[in-house]
Amino acid sequence: MSDGLVGIVLVSHSAAVAEAVGLLATGLAGGGAVARVAPAGGTPDGELGTSSDLIAAAAHSVDQGAGVAVLVDLGSAVLTVKAMLAEEDELPPDTRLVDAPFVEGAVAAVVTASAGADLAAVVAAAEEAYTYRKV
Amino acid sequence: MNASTAPGPVIDADFLRRWLATAAAVVDREADRLTELDSPIGDADHGSNMRRGFTAAHAAVELEPPQTPGGVLTLVGSQLISTVGGAAGPLYGTLLRRAGKALGDGTPATPEEFRDALRTGVEAVGKLGGAVPGDKTMLDALVPAVEALSFALDAGAGLADGLAAARIAADEGAAATVPLQARKGRASYLGPRSIGHQDPGATSAALLVAALADTAAEAVA
Repeated sequence: MSDGLVGIVLVSHSAAVAEAVGLLATGLAGGGAVARVAPAGGTPDGELGTSSDLIAAAAHSVDQGAGVAVLVDLGSAVLTVKAMLAEEDELPPDTRLVDAPFVEGAVAAVVTASAGADLAAVVAAAEEAYTYRKV
Repeated sequence: MNASTAPGPVIDADFLRRWLATAAAVVDREADRLTELDSPIGDADHGSNMRRGFTAAHAAVELEPPQTPGGVLTLVGSQLISTVGGAAGPLYGTLLRRAGKALGDGTPATPEEFRDALRTGVEAVGKLGGAVPGDKTMLDALVPAVEALSFALDAGAGLADGLAAARIAADEGAAATVPLQARKGRASYLGPRSIGHQDPGATSAALLVAALADTAAEAVA
């Protein structure tokens, strides 16, 4: 087992969205230790889209041995992470694609991971964000 | 055996490199049309995404040509996943990587092995995207193409004739997406307004199958 925190990767079609949601989530995580969060937004040349290279780099950058939770927006972001998970060596061991709303799930995941929760608890907290009704 | 007397094309790494060169050229030539098809129901990037992906895949394969047909497909698949940028990347990438793995390290592949590998790849696309034929996706061209190839091979045809049948089936499948309502991807947000447009993914799939048929036809010519 590792003493490290679960890492969080945020995959959006937009680099600005991934970056901003990461800032929002770490900002709301409060003081003390904050889990590593890496955005993987857009394509390497700055266009809207999804890049497996950026996702792999982000996942490895936040991996401390406690697992990595990957939150995604839609379409090719979902499919690219799934396609990468189907290979054994493209993402760190214990990387999970999280079925959660992007913003709310990211906040829940970062807050939970920063509190030292294990990967299963981080994933569960992010997925639970779907149950929060606004109306 | 009542197979055609002409020797079939040998399905080795070189055959699939020729397919890739043809496919990259066709995608480049048809990129504007693919993007046009993607404009009313998608985000108007399918042509440019496919062009970027196949250009990169072609360059990677020519830089360090794999020695086996499975190796070529696997490398092309990985290149598409990392360079296309849209949903076509992981979908076509998964198709080709799974097909490549199914072929294993052997060379050359028999037509039946090749057919089985393509079927494995197409099934993986359905599983990845959660789509079935009729959802107005690339599967509407790919599934009939594999079925037509399979039917032809079972009836004793050679690979070139089998792929010629697959090409017709893929074209018909793509054309048949026009009246369908999209149930997957961005186009599905449009609901009934997606009806009346040919699916860009089914169209590019038909182009890739056509490139395969052309490659096989040239090999036996």
